[in-house]
Amino acid sequence: MDMNAYLSMFIDESNDHLQALNENLLRLESEPEELSIVQDIFRSAHTLKGMSATMGFEDLAALTHEMENVLDLVRNSKLKMDSFIFDTLFKGLDALEAMVQDIVGGGTGKADVTSIVASLQVILKSDYSAEKAPEAPTVAASSSGAATSSASGAMLLDEFQSSILLQSVESGHNVFHIQISIRENCLLKAVRAYMVFDLLERNGEVIKSDPSVQDIEQEKFDFTFTVFTICRLGQEDLQTQLLNISEIDAAVVTLLDAESLAVLSQSNAAAAVEVETPTQAAVLPAQSATKEVTPREVSPSKAAAPAAQAAPANVSRTIRVDIERLDTLMNLFSELLIDRVRLEQLSSEIKRNDLTETVEHMTRVSSDLQSIVLKLRMVPVDSVFNRFPRMIRDLAKSLDKKIDLVITGADTELDRTVIDEIGDPLVHLLRNSVDHGIETQEERIAAGKSETGTIHLRAFHSGNHVFIEVEEDGRGIHHERVLKTAIKNGVVTEEQAKLLSPDEINMLIFAAGFSTADKISDISGRGVGLDVVRSKITSLGGNVTIDSAFGRGTKFSVQLPLTLSIISAMLIKLGSEKYAIPLTSIVETGIIRKEQILHVHGNQMIEFRNVIIPLVSLSKVLESPDFNENEEQETEIVVVRKGEKWAAVMVDEFIGQSEIVLKTLGKYLTNVEAVSGATILGDGYVALIIDPNALIK
Amino acid sequence: MGEELKVIVFALGNEEYGIEVDKVRTIERLSPITRVPKTAAFIKGVINLRGVVVPVIDLRGRFNLTETTPTENSRIIVVAVADIEVGFIVDAANDVIDIDTDTIDLPPEIVGGIKAKYLRGIAKLGEGRLLIMLNLSEVLNKNEIIQVEQLEG
Repeated sequence: MDMNAYLSMFIDESNDHLQALNENLLRLESEPEELSIVQDIFRSAHTLKGMSATMGFEDLAALTHEMENVLDLVRNSKLKMDSFIFDTLFKGLDALEAMVQDIVGGGTGKADVTSIVASLQVILKSDYSAEKAPEAPTVAASSSGAATSSASGAMLLDEFQSSILLQSVESGHNVFHIQISIRENCLLKAVRAYMVFDLLERNGEVIKSDPSVQDIEQEKFDFTFTVFTICRLGQEDLQTQLLNISEIDAAVVTLLDAESLAVLSQSNAAAAVEVETPTQAAVLPAQSATKEVTPREVSPSKAAAPAAQAAPANVSRTIRVDIERLDTLMNLFSELLIDRVRLEQLSSEIKRNDLTETVEHMTRVSSDLQSIVLKLRMVPVDSVFNRFPRMIRDLAKSLDKKIDLVITGADTELDRTVIDEIGDPLVHLLRNSVDHGIETQEERIAAGKSETGTIHLRAFHSGNHVFIEVEEDGRGIHHERVLKTAIKNGVVTEEQAKLLSPDEINMLIFAAGFSTADKISDISGRGVGLDVVRSKITSLGGNVTIDSAFGRGTKFSVQLPLTLSIISAMLIKLGSEKYAIPLTSIVETGIIRKEQILHVHGNQMIEFRNVIIPLVSLSKVLESPDFNENEEQETEIVVVRKGEKWAAVMVDEFIGQSEIVLKTLGKYLTNVEAVSGATILGDGYVALIIDPNALIK
Repeated sequence: MGEELKVIVFALGNEEYGIEVDKVRTIERLSPITRVPKTAAFIKGVINLRGVVVPVIDLRGRFNLTETTPTENSRIIVVAVADIEVGFIVDAANDVIDIDTDTIDLPPEIVGGIKAKYLRGIAKLGEGRLLIMLNLSEVLNKNEIIQVEQLEG
């Protein structure tokens, strides 16, 4: 079988499972008594193991197997979680992640995991030995009965399993005993078995299988195996679905009730064979010999039992799509948008009613389409946030601090391209908060705060923007120390420093080559972090601000555009040329008279809302061939801003506001001054998009 | 016999040039070009090529030949090399021919004022007709543009 075709699917799914494992382990760490979480963890680990074994990544499967063994003990309440076990499991997860990353990078996924495996086995042995004794009789009982019972597919349930089954039966769920026979000429029986398990796990939960799942995965079984499962499907449904899997010869599904379960759990080999119960006509014995498919009658009450409750989680109905296809869709759609504008123009010229109506309808449909296409590219920020709890936990542990990370608004959606880029800046900000923001436990107590620091990570929509805030209740920014360092590192001169407002001092920590940490730690680096954060966010069309109160904490607020592909812009004219200015950076538009222009140090300034702001000649910046504002008595101006700074830009004429589709200038033209991209106007002409940030010095 | 090579033939002044057909995406009539400020003089601007913004350079300017005003015969040849897409303004594009790679000779130092590094070679077509084969990756070399910009700036 060619595995390459499945590789990308394997990688995607392993990442999902690793993430789930990470999250659930963290959850379990905070509520160690919650056994349902262990079940979730176990399921993820188990699927991961199955997948990697099928794909031939032995080390991955082996390590997962060891972790699964430990988890199995935990979920059967034979082992109590403690911090050593958690740390070992987390270490194991890291190793798994590294291996998957290696596979992503084209490697073989091999890694030396002996030390982790060894410590997992230590965990296993120390507690397992204690449990060995009571379990032995059960094992003996089942093996003694094996001669007769394994052929007939009956198997014994231990106490835990039978109690689960019993509870499920009592709460009205369907519990089945299933015997599967795989066709004898089947080449990949483990795969078929996997498909059976997959089907069962999608529709419920597998409680026990004989032979064990591990053995089945390694093809250590003949052509039959039996399974106990809780399932939300009816008996007939389940049977049909099982038989739909190719190369399955027979599937004998038997509905179990309390009585038959009681019989099964009595560790009595003879009784185990006799699972026949009055409520159903199903019989287990000798099925494997005849291998016939026998439709089972189901008692109506059981079949109608509520199925939904048994569902472990909602199966989300999603598909994975290559991001490139979405980009193509987006491109095609933007072409359609351009044609639409053109059609609107034509229809207003031609003035025929039915044409106008059709065009209007098309306009409505295409704007619906636009919002859907844009939504397709939206991803919840959770896909970035979900790795942070783990990161904060590890950081806090290594620094011996106590930190709670509170995440809100993880379902806020952002454009995929922004999501891909925002991860690193956020990691920097969070690391900075943990390292420099939150104090040590002693310091916190001395300052009269609770010893546990809190970091809030919030995401929310506001207008056309998404805000992401990182707020901690740590020590806050010490202005004098910041200034001292800034002067020492040559970021500002002493004279300049005296003139800075508190906000400007805060912003100094984003300057290049700045670090206020007295000690360089390996957590937040050497002060190269924050300026990188700012430039990254600015390159995404966003903005970052700081709000800090000394002694009480700091808040970093990152403002990001909702999408990078379609923006609102003001179209302007400069002689014969048309340009677009993003609406987000426009404060106001207006008209000024020539005599209002002030000259300061050879620079043109104007007074605007009682503030003197610089006046920028767009025609000079863009070397306009046929427009010069000096020849005009009155000039239209656009007031733009970059953070707190404003500037007035002189233009020839306003055309109006429009939704424009962002296009790049192509790989050949990069870094064109004052131009951030291009768009295609309704008449098919290309208009350049002005980067207002470049106009404000 | 060498390999057969399909080339698009175009004219700049009195010379005939060739570009391999598989590098050429499309040949267009001149459409309105939007000027991009602060770029090298031979970069004429960008055009809308069916929804994609494509930069256009004047090949005469690129080769330091005197630029002329476009005529009815002027064409934009859009080429794609690696992931760069660029349109060339040429005086005329009128032919697709097959040439034998064996007939391509190494270029002399200077051909019609164009530096040899922009050329892949010269193909003899018979009847005294010569075809200058372009070395596209050199023509589109961005490092040189940056130098040009620095000189101009």
